[in-house]
Amino acid sequence: MTTETTAVTRVGDPPRLRPVVAVVERYLTLYRRLWQASVFSSFVLPILFLISIGIGVGGYVGSVEGVDYLSWIVPGVLVSTAFQICVGESTYPVLGDFKWVRAYHAMRAAPVSPKDIVHGHLIYMIFRVELSIAAFLLVVAFFGGLHSPWALATVPVCALLTAAVVTPVTAFAATIESDSYFALLFRFVVIPATLFSGVFFPVDQLPAAIRPVAYASPVWHAVELSRAATLGRAPGWPIVVHVGYLLLWAVVGLIAARRAFARRLED
Amino acid sequence: MADQSLIHARGLVKRFGDFTAVDGIDLEVAPGEAFGFLGPNGAGKSSTMRMIGCVSTPTAGELRILGMDPVRDGTRIRARLGVCPQLDNLDPDLSVRENLTTYARYFGVSRAEARTRADELLEFVQLSDRANGKVEPLSGGMKRRLTIARAMVNDPDLVLLDEPTTGLDPQARHLVWERLFRLKQRGTTLVLTTHYMDEAEQLCDRLVVMDGGKIVAEGSPRALIENYSTAEVVELRFADGLDSNAQYAAKLDGIGDRVDPLPDRVLLYADDGDEAMAEVHRRGLTPESVLVRRSTLEDVFLHLTGRTLVD
Repeated sequence: MTTETTAVTRVGDPPRLRPVVAVVERYLTLYRRLWQASVFSSFVLPILFLISIGIGVGGYVGSVEGVDYLSWIVPGVLVSTAFQICVGESTYPVLGDFKWVRAYHAMRAAPVSPKDIVHGHLIYMIFRVELSIAAFLLVVAFFGGLHSPWALATVPVCALLTAAVVTPVTAFAATIESDSYFALLFRFVVIPATLFSGVFFPVDQLPAAIRPVAYASPVWHAVELSRAATLGRAPGWPIVVHVGYLLLWAVVGLIAARRAFARRLED
Repeated sequence: MADQSLIHARGLVKRFGDFTAVDGIDLEVAPGEAFGFLGPNGAGKSSTMRMIGCVSTPTAGELRILGMDPVRDGTRIRARLGVCPQLDNLDPDLSVRENLTTYARYFGVSRAEARTRADELLEFVQLSDRANGKVEPLSGGMKRRLTIARAMVNDPDLVLLDEPTTGLDPQARHLVWERLFRLKQRGTTLVLTTHYMDEAEQLCDRLVVMDGGKIVAEGSPRALIENYSTAEVVELRFADGLDSNAQYAAKLDGIGDRVDPLPDRVLLYADDGDEAMAEVHRRGLTPESVLVRRSTLEDVFLHLTGRTLVD
């Protein structure tokens, strides 16, 4: 009957577009139904943060590294918002699609591979983060919080951060059996990464012994790049180091996520 | 003929560590057939179905689905399968129609075509009036019908149904059976697992009885009953039963083909139940209740394995 042996999927084959697009479409269809719920956390909350801390606390702080505090924390809040969305959308929703909804099993029964699912989720996440980032930048521009047309560079920076964060977190969510592990992730990774990554104050203020923690965090690298962009000046470290470090997380994370998905969906 | 078979298996084995879930089975399913796996929980039905569905790799043996190798051509095979899993995996946050259209897209069906098919399939499973509603408020039977509709969005050559009516109330089961029967009439090849005798008898042209990872019998429901049971079965319950059923069985020895004492009743296998009853009375035995019924697959299973199917 059928004797064709072509079109065999092997490791290292180029990603297949059609199933990936279908996975992205499923996420977009869900988002169209549920986006209202995310407006507060991904848009209103960061603006409230800016007003209270940037303007309120900023009144006492005055200026940091030669600019007013509000302008200084804009890129920090921007990146930390992107970070929060990435973690939020890659923890419970991913575990849920394995355990409770079993949407990934449904996809797997169709001609969609674990790899396609990982890629589709990542592409959707980049879209989702950029949507919030765009709205945020627009509002901040009215406040006069952007000092250079280079501010547009925060768009690719946030895409890179998304890839660096979503992939390892997804891999983690695909590995665990119980959502109680997320509490550990939030307590020991997400909160420190938000507090000590140069979002609210320069990392130089930290004791020298703690600074490496910031340097290890992808959030700090994205904040440095974004801050350089919105203020229109060169970052402290070479751009290639920041970008390279984020890429490293993205690549290692992607490999880990593909493996974790394959392991969970196949036996 | 392996070439014409949609499913062809020889010595198929699936092991998980030390545990052997499927222990060397042979299968042959022809186009247009309704084929069933009958067996209790843990018999290896679902493991076999997952291998046929190309989401589980056989440990040993030979397996061809639609003439292809599931390990190498899994994606191509799955493109032509429809799968209704044991656990519902519908998207609760999507509408009923969106569940079908998003799923059709996984198979590369165009958006316009997906909408057309979704409407036709909702009509088929009698859910058109719920098309724009959410999935969550649907009853178990409706969800199952929606999952069956979803399994049809790619117009599959082979539909796999893992316990399609487990957990449904009798009315919902009959609705699902009726829809599956329609599919069968249209010539769709159905492969299903069940631990319900009546389901297997209603839907399957041919079935295998599985126990402990092995196939213990194979044939049409009628042939299995003819080979492994009698035309009728008399169920006797004695007032002081429970502990003494074995003794009653001894007294009943020789009536009909076979006597089988169960904890709560004694089964008497005979081609003529009334005649067997007459003999029971002649021997001076007075059971508290008597039921003469036709033989079912349950009796076949009991005979083959010594255990009832649903416990």
